[in-house]
Amino acid sequence: MTRFVVGRIGFYTLIALLLAFFTIPLLWLASAPFTSNPTYEVRMPDFTWENFEIILAHPYALGSLVNSLILAIGSAILVVVLSALAAYALSRVRLPGRDALLYALLLLSSIITGTAAMVPLFQLAIELGLIDSHTGLILIMTGGLLPAAIFMIKDFMDTTPKSYEESARVFGASPLQIVRHVVVPVVRPGLATIAVWTIANVWGNFLMPYLLLSDVEKQPAAVIMYTLYTEGGQANLKVLSTFGLLYSVPVVLMYLFVSKKYGFRFHGGIKR
Amino acid sequence: MAAIELRGLTKVYPGGVKALDSLDLTIPDGEFFALLGPSGCGKTTLLRTIAGLETATAGAVVIGGRDVTNVQPGGRDVAMVFQDYALFPHMDVTDNIAYPLKIKKVGRADRRAKAGEVAARLGLEQLMDRRPGQLSGGQQQRVALARVMATQAQAFLFDEPLSNLDARLRLEARTFLKKLQRELGVTTVFVTHDQAEALAMADRMAIMEAGLIRQIGTPSEVFQRPANTFVAGFIGSTPMNLLDAVARGDTLEVAGCKVPVPASAEGLLADGEKLVYGVRPEYMTYRDGTVEGGLTGGVAILENLGASHLVTLDVGGVSVQAVVPEGQEPALGEQGTVLPRHDRALVYRDGELVAA
Repeated sequence: MTRFVVGRIGFYTLIALLLAFFTIPLLWLASAPFTSNPTYEVRMPDFTWENFEIILAHPYALGSLVNSLILAIGSAILVVVLSALAAYALSRVRLPGRDALLYALLLLSSIITGTAAMVPLFQLAIELGLIDSHTGLILIMTGGLLPAAIFMIKDFMDTTPKSYEESARVFGASPLQIVRHVVVPVVRPGLATIAVWTIANVWGNFLMPYLLLSDVEKQPAAVIMYTLYTEGGQANLKVLSTFGLLYSVPVVLMYLFVSKKYGFRFHGGIKR
Repeated sequence: MAAIELRGLTKVYPGGVKALDSLDLTIPDGEFFALLGPSGCGKTTLLRTIAGLETATAGAVVIGGRDVTNVQPGGRDVAMVFQDYALFPHMDVTDNIAYPLKIKKVGRADRRAKAGEVAARLGLEQLMDRRPGQLSGGQQQRVALARVMATQAQAFLFDEPLSNLDARLRLEARTFLKKLQRELGVTTVFVTHDQAEALAMADRMAIMEAGLIRQIGTPSEVFQRPANTFVAGFIGSTPMNLLDAVARGDTLEVAGCKVPVPASAEGLLADGEKLVYGVRPEYMTYRDGTVEGGLTGGVAILENLGASHLVTLDVGGVSVQAVVPEGQEPALGEQGTVLPRHDRALVYRDGELVAA
């Protein structure tokens, strides 16, 4: 009995420690922006709006959030549409070496948007005139994320009974109608997952925009964050914490919205 | 409404598996036709080939006088109910039933009205706003039926329409389906592996084995006069007695007993020929003691079938079964004789029925 109690106490203590590990930075993020002179400790804020006024006055801060939004949503639309079509084809057409192809793409994709391909990617973008343009960046980010997205959404497609589509086919639906009326609605939770995943990925990506966008006006929030220093060259905790909060709020809101609207679940037809 | 005609229909899967082997079959307009056979016999492939979901390797599919062999499923004017009903999980009952009309570009108001009309006929009025996931198996089946009815297709195809229902519901649905098909008068082909289902529902049926049709006939023809030992063994809830026999003049020697040559085979047997003698347990009468012209042995097993008993006799080491009405069943170990009905006993030579 005592052993059980001690075990429980130990268990919960461990959990509490782990939770604290995750919670303290979040608490700091929630309190520091409202504190006049934030340090690295978590303190009760004195509820000032001064830091937000500084951010609002910053010439690029708000614009960068809009840039982030354009990049993230643009990439998400492209990734969702292209991965849905590709995954459907890959899931339904018997192709020799299909799985090997998918794995190879998945493996290579992590290189494309990674540090290894930095230089060739930069040169490619210059040659194609895609440097310093949101479109170019969206295309490159999409290229990097597509294989993993196809891989994930193909799994959803594979678990969708073929009889749904065959049924629609016998009623005379065209392949595109089948995709629009049957496949997409059935895998919608999967598509929502992919969209959220893409947005979160692009929103947080620093390297690619830093590399491919030189115009400060086009820089997304992740890059602008990097420039928030005091005159002395030290991290300016006042603006950094405030901007950090503004930077994370949209992503959190998106998660809440999507999970409420689509509820990452699968509504199946019949037990099988 | 249309007849379905198959001419030399062959389907070979990549890899060389021959699922359908040059089938010829004509299903007249308005008939309720069953494709029956064990798993893997090609019955579902045949149904899918009629629907156009599988392309024939050779031969032709003719529906309503039109050769549709190379026509896409949507252009064949048939409607299909799938084994899992394939109701779209994201649409409510109304939208599911109206979906074929949406494809045919019927206006929204018209198709909702039509869906309501068909649904009312099947007693689904109360469920129109539900999703398939909120319906019972029987309700889902009726929605699937309503959906094919809404298409007003020339022919209906049902793939194992009852196999997803539980046993009691299956009996109800059987009666319901047969009544509905009668009323609609649409040519309907259904696939089943359950011989009782096929016997109960179909006007005519084809029994398939390994891509071949082994017999085509009405349920009574197939039950009373199976064309070969495969059909004889497959049809009937209690398997037919198939016993090795030797012809001896106008009698057959079966398991050491002598029985008269059945009416169907009279004058067609050569003396000393090795044959198979077949009688359904339902066509046997049980008598106490030894009786001339029957199979005599000890009662080995008694099985209660409800209103009757299935008696298994050990006749010289061979098991022979007979159905005995309740109240007349013998005691275990008793000596008795089963007398075959002269006009219902059959003889098979090399697996095929011997008949004039």
